[in-house]
Amino acid sequence: MKHTLSVLVENKPGVLARVAGLFARRGFNIDSLAVGVTENPDMSRMTVVVDVEEHSLEEVYKQLNKLINVIKVVDLPDDNSVQRELILVKVKADARTRAEIIEMVDIFRGKIVDVGKGTVSIEVTGTGSKLRALEDLLKPYGIVELARTGMVALNRG
Amino acid sequence: MADKVRMTGAEALIKSLEKEGVEVVFGFPGGVVLPIYDVLFDSKIKHILTRHEQGAAHAADGYARATGKVGVCMATSGPGACNLVTGIATAGMDSVPMVAITGQVATHVIGTDAFQEADTTGITLPIVKHNYLLKDAAEIPEVVQEAFLLASTGRGGVVLIDVPVDVSRGEIDFKYPEKITSLPGYKPTTKGHAGQIKAAAKLILASKRPVIYAGGGVISSGASEELRKLARLLDFPVTTTLLAKGAFPETHRLSLGMLGMHGTSYANYVMMETDLIVAVGARFDDRITGRLDTFAPHARVIHIDIDPAEIGKNVKVDVPIVGDAKGVLKELLTALKPKVGAGAGSDLGKWHLQIRQWKKEYPLTIPKGGLRPQFVVDQIYRVTRGKALIVTDVGQHQMWAAQFYKSTKPRHFISSGGLGTMGFGLPAAIGAKIGCPEAVVIDIAGDGSIQMNSQELATAALNNVNVVVAIIDNGYLGMVRQWQELFYDKRYSHSSLRRGESPDFVKLAEAYGAIGLRVTKPSEVEPALAKALKAKKPAMIDFIVEQEENVFPMVAPGASLDDMIGG
Repeated sequence: MKHTLSVLVENKPGVLARVAGLFARRGFNIDSLAVGVTENPDMSRMTVVVDVEEHSLEEVYKQLNKLINVIKVVDLPDDNSVQRELILVKVKADARTRAEIIEMVDIFRGKIVDVGKGTVSIEVTGTGSKLRALEDLLKPYGIVELARTGMVALNRG
Repeated sequence: MADKVRMTGAEALIKSLEKEGVEVVFGFPGGVVLPIYDVLFDSKIKHILTRHEQGAAHAADGYARATGKVGVCMATSGPGACNLVTGIATAGMDSVPMVAITGQVATHVIGTDAFQEADTTGITLPIVKHNYLLKDAAEIPEVVQEAFLLASTGRGGVVLIDVPVDVSRGEIDFKYPEKITSLPGYKPTTKGHAGQIKAAAKLILASKRPVIYAGGGVISSGASEELRKLARLLDFPVTTTLLAKGAFPETHRLSLGMLGMHGTSYANYVMMETDLIVAVGARFDDRITGRLDTFAPHARVIHIDIDPAEIGKNVKVDVPIVGDAKGVLKELLTALKPKVGAGAGSDLGKWHLQIRQWKKEYPLTIPKGGLRPQFVVDQIYRVTRGKALIVTDVGQHQMWAAQFYKSTKPRHFISSGGLGTMGFGLPAAIGAKIGCPEAVVIDIAGDGSIQMNSQELATAALNNVNVVVAIIDNGYLGMVRQWQELFYDKRYSHSSLRRGESPDFVKLAEAYGAIGLRVTKPSEVEPALAKALKAKKPAMIDFIVEQEENVFPMVAPGASLDDMIGG
């Protein structure tokens, strides 16, 4: 099962390596990992999506807490947290398909951020499933390049 | 005294070590660590020059295990730091408090594959409790203070400080911080949860076939006295892990000795029949449990440990108690005393009768004929009246030492448990003897293990560290040979050390300025030991024992704990 962990860490060199190394060493698979500084410049927040069973989740949680630079670990439940990911997709577009693509992007409340010769670049934010749906719809046009940030999330309320 | 003093980074480092009460550093100098060594030259801190950095790490480890203080080792960058790695992993696996200080190339050349550069913090990251790569001399006092706190509190471990040479040469206004303010993520739980202690007491009083399973945490926490009191109060049998030998006197009627792969049969049968395991400072390692899904099928489990990550890792736990063993056991005693006094608790008569039967039926025995390794260990036990501080290497001799040298005091049996590091014995014995100069320190080694760090005989001889090295010499990598005999159809692939050809351990000892003795007959054992113990030099005794003796009982790897070969 997928779990979204919000890991508050000290903003010190090497912290990312400590956290990522822990996952690798203990055999936990990371689906995505996003990291950035918080409102307090001494702290960063890592949002880690892991695919583990309940028992292993407990292990992940305890092992993360053992890292000296980790301040707090919270398992964010899907139904009580806001989860967002940003995706950038460069997709093939010609005069015939461009309008269709723009319409689709509108439905997904996305933006066209760049138009090239024969391509458009799209920016959309949302949950993982929304982004996957868009990706599926864009595939037939020909995806040239794609980048996603990985999930970031916060507790509700 | 002035509030701040101007000094170099190296001076600040040594000053900080002095502030932490460091008495001795085990190390080996080299290029980028020279500014620190230059200051060490004038410090009141003693430095022991080992002959290999691995020896320095093991010596610091042995010192820490024998004294309970933080061991300190030091090496230069690159190869020096890399040579510390095995010692750091060894200490880390056994939760030994240690601080390792390494030199590093100058900050402006880090990452350029400079001469003797290695990514020391990267290499050691998975095996340390924490590590630091200093960037500025101003960090030194705070980092040293944090390092000692981290190493010595909570679950013990190794903290490494990597010091680039320009940081050592840099200047700071030195002021040692009053207290640590900068570890927001470090709050070890030391006090057991009151509700959980109550729940544990309830299970304890209801149990009919209980056992206390004590691990190294009892010794690191200094909880041996409380453990004894608890066992006596409840009349509970006690089994200990290799690392907990001495946490409970093995001469006591309630002692079951060691459990696990080479534990006593009766300890293992107790684990399989018990209805309640009270685990204290132990981690249900695979060498203890054997096959997990058949382990202790009837048992409920109370697990007391300072590290929450150990609880429920391998075995399902009914009452988890996170906390320091000493404090938790004290509170358990307080909770249980009045109840036991008022007659609560089950009648354990039948259980003790069963245990006595197992003890009678499956004792540890010394085989007859020739010079047997078990006999040698037993003689060491008798000659030292059980009072020596025993250090071991890793292999068959280690298990025989564990089985036949009955430990009665904590910190008197030192062995590499988790990592199982051959070559640990001699340098660890040197560290232990330096920490406890009054103790009789005997390193029980194998002819394989001793050769992994025999160069440290020079360290012992030159520093008058009079340890006795007892080599249980069977001409084989004995444990490897045993596994090959039992599981690889007696195909002794590369496990013979070719007895009699090389080396001559007596000459080796003499070459280093130690006393060398050779023993081939049972009658020579005691006189040789007496001579070695009286010597004013380190001594090495080569006990030429039966070649193909096996360590029994043995639970084959992956087998159920009650499925013992020779048990």
